[in-house]
Amino acid sequence: MRFSRIAAVATAAVLAMSAAACGGGDGGDAGSGGSADGVIGKAASGKLIIGVKGDQPGLGLQTGTTYEGFDIEIGKIVAKGLGLDPSKVEWKTTASANRESFIEQGQVDIVIATYTINDDRKKRVAFAGPYYEAGQDLLVKADNTDITGPESLAGKKVCSVTGSTPAKRIKSDYPDAQLQEFDTYSKCVTALDGGQVDAVTTDDIILAGYAAQSQYAGKLKVIGKPFSKEPYGIAVKKTDTAGCAKINEILKAAATDGTYKTAWDTTLGKSGTPAKDLAVASLTNCPA
Amino acid sequence: MSTDAVLYDHPGPRARIRNWILTAVFGAGLLALFYWIYLKFDEKGQWAATLWKPFLEQSTWVDFILPGLQQTLSAALVAMVLSLTFGVLFAVGRLSDHWWVRVPAGIVVEFFRAVPLLLLIFFIFFGLPYVIEDLRMEAFWAVVAGLTLYNGSVLAEAFRAGVQAVPRGQSEAAYGIGMRKNQVMRYILIPQAARAMLPVIVSQLVVLVKDTALGYIISFPELLQLGVNVLSANYANVVAAAIVVAIIYIIINSLLTALAGWVDRLTRRRGIRVPRTSANPGQTGVQPTAAAQNTTVSSGLGGG
Amino acid sequence: MDFLSDPDNVDLYLTGFSWILRLTGAGALGALVLGVILAGMRVSPVPVLRAFGAGWVNTFRNTPLTLIIFFCYFGLYSTLGLTLDSEDIALNNFWLGVLGLSVYTAAFVCEAIRSGINTVPPGQAEAARALGLSFFQVLRIIVLPQAGRAVIAPLGSIFIALAKNSTIVGTIGLAESSSAMKTMIETYSSQTILIFLLFAGTFAAVLIPTGYFFGWLANRLAVKR
Repeated sequence: MRFSRIAAVATAAVLAMSAAACGGGDGGDAGSGGSADGVIGKAASGKLIIGVKGDQPGLGLQTGTTYEGFDIEIGKIVAKGLGLDPSKVEWKTTASANRESFIEQGQVDIVIATYTINDDRKKRVAFAGPYYEAGQDLLVKADNTDITGPESLAGKKVCSVTGSTPAKRIKSDYPDAQLQEFDTYSKCVTALDGGQVDAVTTDDIILAGYAAQSQYAGKLKVIGKPFSKEPYGIAVKKTDTAGCAKINEILKAAATDGTYKTAWDTTLGKSGTPAKDLAVASLTNCPA
Repeated sequence: MSTDAVLYDHPGPRARIRNWILTAVFGAGLLALFYWIYLKFDEKGQWAATLWKPFLEQSTWVDFILPGLQQTLSAALVAMVLSLTFGVLFAVGRLSDHWWVRVPAGIVVEFFRAVPLLLLIFFIFFGLPYVIEDLRMEAFWAVVAGLTLYNGSVLAEAFRAGVQAVPRGQSEAAYGIGMRKNQVMRYILIPQAARAMLPVIVSQLVVLVKDTALGYIISFPELLQLGVNVLSANYANVVAAAIVVAIIYIIINSLLTALAGWVDRLTRRRGIRVPRTSANPGQTGVQPTAAAQNTTVSSGLGGG
Repeated sequence: MDFLSDPDNVDLYLTGFSWILRLTGAGALGALVLGVILAGMRVSPVPVLRAFGAGWVNTFRNTPLTLIIFFCYFGLYSTLGLTLDSEDIALNNFWLGVLGLSVYTAAFVCEAIRSGINTVPPGQAEAARALGLSFFQVLRIIVLPQAGRAVIAPLGSIFIALAKNSTIVGTIGLAESSSAMKTMIETYSSQTILIFLLFAGTFAAVLIPTGYFFGWLANRLAVKR
């Protein structure tokens, strides 16, 4: 009799434990209206966690213990503008699907990760920016002449990442193309290089990053006719209006003092593509 | 028991010649196949120095592979400890005299054994934060929780089968000297069951190590994520990286399997044998027989 | 469950599970054939065959299935040029997935059958040899039929695991259940738990009874000694 009571308690304990194990952290912070909890306050306290991509050459690439790329340079500009030494920034890899929840849960303070601004996402996070306007494009082999844009994809094999927006757009708008999906763009590019797919599709800036990789130098080209608009934003907590506005100011300053151009030139610009001007007038995404 | 030798006679002169010829033919065929694969890889430039050179550099190991390996091993280790605990508790729960313990424990175990781990990890990471507000879900804990729920359930069945396979005389004698059920379980049944089921337990742990690789679905920075996905984003050598990482997995798991074999031999030498349930179905009843077989041979099968 | 009011989602769900069914069916068949051959190799009198069987089991049992499926695409298809369906991407990936699942699962089938052979009393094989039966005859007529009955329950577990493992073929782009769940959660994130319960529940509803069925079958066919 005593034994089974213990068993019952133990069973309950395990259930509780496994639930706790899922919990991990300290539950996050509730409501972050005040500036102390926004990015301005976080930077003042000397620590800022920026969520970035880890596997996109030229944009956000984990190179061992550190990260490099255009998004990382933008992150450094933002940190500096907030009065924080960029070396104090903690970079954290985020996956496409968890960017909103990472911001909401406070696992990261800012997300700069090829993050397209759209209305659905605005429901959960606030976007500063856009700091770059990308567009869905196609990456093909350098000697390919029969793919000139999305209209010429009929019967061709196109690769993108499972469940991503570019993949969905191909399915809905260009159903004649055959879609191959992988979990990373690296695999898509490898398949393109090997001739298993005819094109890789996602935002032009991401594709440019791959085309500029030394291993693929001269072998791949971006078509250069973007067929969508993907304004990239810098996401903070939805309630952090002050922080959002501050980041827009920082971006404005970076556009005029040339640091924005430098950020481009030292990363994606290496492939020879000149920097686009940052459209200062469109920096209006912060919630009022 | 050496199975192999029982099935055929000791080879005589003719059999030896035949074996020798078969060896030569099959061996030559195999070598030819490997050479063909080598040639094909060569043709596609997969042996190109640029793809493999990163593995000669220290930074590749220090920055990518070793940190990934460390994450893989620590997630596996934490999950191992938790799954074993989970397994023992739920095995005991399923053997309880009270239906209100036995039935819920049974439902939990059966459910988590039947759900693909990939779905489970994905849900814990992405789904739970929607359900529980303000939950900070770290990839590490999502992987560990998924591994624990799945492997713990499989281990619970292994322990249960092990307990049921302990000869009834053991517990009868223990009750006879006045032990309570709790004591019988703790001092008599569980130790014997754990020892008898050791090979099963260790092979399930091999599965657990491999299954940490499923963390890729939530970008958990384990060996596969760092060593293949991130590394190849740096060097554009995804096939080479996958070959190296596969070899590392094979080495780790072979060591674990060797450990299992060693432990198995050790327990055999001490004269502890797993009662062969199929050989004496009368002893443990009908259902346990199947349960024991279920877990004995094939529990070593997981996701990825 | 208003995510199911979207016909696209119903389609995703059904397509997902129909791929899982096909992967499991074809994979089980492949794994069974390969596994029996491998088990035969592992107990054969020819050393090189024994070594090959052991090598196969140790290699594939110790490699994460994700990587095996990856090699099926980037090794067999990309590099070695093994094209299983040149017209349709999905079918090509499906067959590559079946190949990977078979190769992986065969290692477990082989080990299950080998331990099944262990349950056959040595006297059976000795008596057969005394009658002058060859290795193949001993295996085919005496040992495997008895071993086969002993391994029904373990094989059941292996095939159930195979059904769950087939979700991994999603990594090379097949729109199976785990990919379907992923896609649905991305658009209907507020209904995540319902979506999960739908997919997990379907697996549980099919696989738990299957497990009991194999247990029942194993008992019915058990060799009474």
